[in-house]
Amino acid sequence: MNAPNATRRRSPAEPRAARGGRPGITVATPGRGIAFRVDRRAALVGVALAAAVAVLTVFAIGTGQYQISPGDVLRVLSGNGERAHTFVVETLRLPRVLTGLLVGAALGMAGAVFQSLTRNPLGSPDIVGFTTGAATGALIQIIVLGGGMAAVAGGALAGGLLTSLAVYLLAFRDGVQGYRLILVGIAVNGGLVATNVYLIARAEFADAHVAATWMTGNLNGRGWGHVYLLATTLVVLLPVTLAFGRRLKLMELGDEPATALGVRVERSRLWLMLLGVALTAMATVAAGPIPFVALAAPQLARGLARSAAPVLALSCLMGALLLVAGDLAAQRVLAPLQLPVGVMTGSLGGVYLVWVLVSGWRRR
Amino acid sequence: MTAVRSAVRSRGRARGNALRAGGALLAAALLALAVIGSLAIGSKAIPAGDVVRLLLHPDTSDAAHVIQDLRVPRTLLGIGAGASLALAGALMQALTRNPLADPGVLGVEAGAVIAIAVAIGLFGLHDLRDFVWFSFAGSAIAAVVVYLIGSSGRTGATPVRLALAGTAVSAALASVTQAFVLTDPTAFDQYRYWGTGALSGHDLTVAAKVAPFMLAGLVLAMSLGTSLNAMALGDDTGRALGVRPGRTRLLGVLAVTLLCGAATAAVGPIGFVGLVVAQAARLTVGQDNRWVLLYSLLLGPVLVLAADIVGRLVLWPAELEAGVVTAFIGMPVFLVLVRRRRIAQL
Repeated sequence: MNAPNATRRRSPAEPRAARGGRPGITVATPGRGIAFRVDRRAALVGVALAAAVAVLTVFAIGTGQYQISPGDVLRVLSGNGERAHTFVVETLRLPRVLTGLLVGAALGMAGAVFQSLTRNPLGSPDIVGFTTGAATGALIQIIVLGGGMAAVAGGALAGGLLTSLAVYLLAFRDGVQGYRLILVGIAVNGGLVATNVYLIARAEFADAHVAATWMTGNLNGRGWGHVYLLATTLVVLLPVTLAFGRRLKLMELGDEPATALGVRVERSRLWLMLLGVALTAMATVAAGPIPFVALAAPQLARGLARSAAPVLALSCLMGALLLVAGDLAAQRVLAPLQLPVGVMTGSLGGVYLVWVLVSGWRRR
Repeated sequence: MTAVRSAVRSRGRARGNALRAGGALLAAALLALAVIGSLAIGSKAIPAGDVVRLLLHPDTSDAAHVIQDLRVPRTLLGIGAGASLALAGALMQALTRNPLADPGVLGVEAGAVIAIAVAIGLFGLHDLRDFVWFSFAGSAIAAVVVYLIGSSGRTGATPVRLALAGTAVSAALASVTQAFVLTDPTAFDQYRYWGTGALSGHDLTVAAKVAPFMLAGLVLAMSLGTSLNAMALGDDTGRALGVRPGRTRLLGVLAVTLLCGAATAAVGPIGFVGLVVAQAARLTVGQDNRWVLLYSLLLGPVLVLAADIVGRLVLWPAELEAGVVTAFIGMPVFLVLVRRRRIAQL
């Protein structure tokens, strides 16, 4: 059984473009010490996504019980806004939106890495049980041990790592095959969900409500502490992962061609998995296990770029866009009631997953 | 020659059936043991002899009160939920020819849960007799949707596809359920306990309210064994043997709906019972669906009661809910199934 792969579809125009080479732009430092080629379509999509993220960010900062016009938001951001506006933006809205952007970027990138490694759109961390494992780790810290934010972060990291390790080991049998990985993920997920539900049922009501809201994936009340945590880790993790992008692309050809092209496959795979796990863990620590962004962002980015190769930078932007848009929708749909963003991404993401599955199966 | 061979074969079959009947008696004995264990074991241990005496002649002692008001309802619900979920699993496995089929895995329980959340959250229904209908509607819709998604495309519903479709639908439904629950603190407090799949904390009226639906589902399920056998080699063979496949499938879905809907409404989602029990039954008695259904009927309650008893012991004197324990029993079974080189279709 082969994995369904939504990206293998080729539009009728594509083979011709591939034969002649796709139109690209070469970016180089003077003297061409460092030079790389950028696919023109991917570059355009990147610019468009970045613009969309920027517009949405300004809009999200302005939206809420206290409305601020986009012009005023820009004035505050450039440092000369009204006092009331500055207060609302700087203490309430900006940290939330920034957390959303960073979490989305981390999830998009992690999803792209995992999907590429498993060569399967369903290989993303939320499907293989990673996020649930991180949630279990964090819940144990919140409810059983009563730890602070650093301890919760450590718990989430440990839980996520152990779970993904367990899933990969259990799925291993002459290599890791896509579908088996996912089914093992479903099984492990089942056990972890039961544990989480049990922990929540056991806790004091207040703890339980906090934990359950957190477990849905939530950006309510995120402050600068979350932003600093994410920013300091992602400033390292994102560029390093991007630097692995070329190797990832070659590894999608298969292990042997990649080795022939000079990639140390096993070592690269281990590094990429560690990076993906770390990215997901940081996102989970900051915002809880937000479902389906890691699944959908890389798929949508690949579709837009019409690329057969993983598009890490675009997945990042797409993740940020999806999460901020989802959070905005979650705040507005039942306003003044504030839903956790995970409800939005979970329900829409589930429908999207069904669509991915069905369109993959239709073709065979 | 042929006469000899057929005589040998029929003698072999008779012996097989005798063995299976013996096994069924053994399963029934296990069930009796589980019932007594469920009545006797707990934070207040009561000797088995006293259990029987107090059941027959209740007095005013603490032990009698514990048995009558706490353990009897709990045990009855365990029997009902176990039999219902195991039969539903066996039916789903036979109908979809899928060893991974289970009310939890294929999203049927998630459908029931969200329907109940809607009934309680939006319509303000609190009586089980009212929202059990929502539970039926939710599980029926989820079952049909998952099957339609899983069977899209030319190759039809393979086990893996159905499991994936069930997971996707469950995930989406769980998110929406979460939205309902988190916005209403009282509902959340009820839900977080009910959502673990606990047998405790219910009184006899709960069992009485769902019993008619469970019984109807049980009778319907048990009556389908012969038709399912005829359809095991495909719809055409079934038709040639005088079975109407469409009708059998419809009745099967109806039975699954009644069983899962009633069980979930009463005790919350208990996962993996159908998967584990129906697999065990199939391993023991082979592919004859009549025996598989009978064994599931007997062994389902054994599994759920045993899980409940284990849950009372591991954290003694605190308790672990039955649904949590079955998830941990079900997980390795599911893992073994998916680690097989090729997931065989039934």
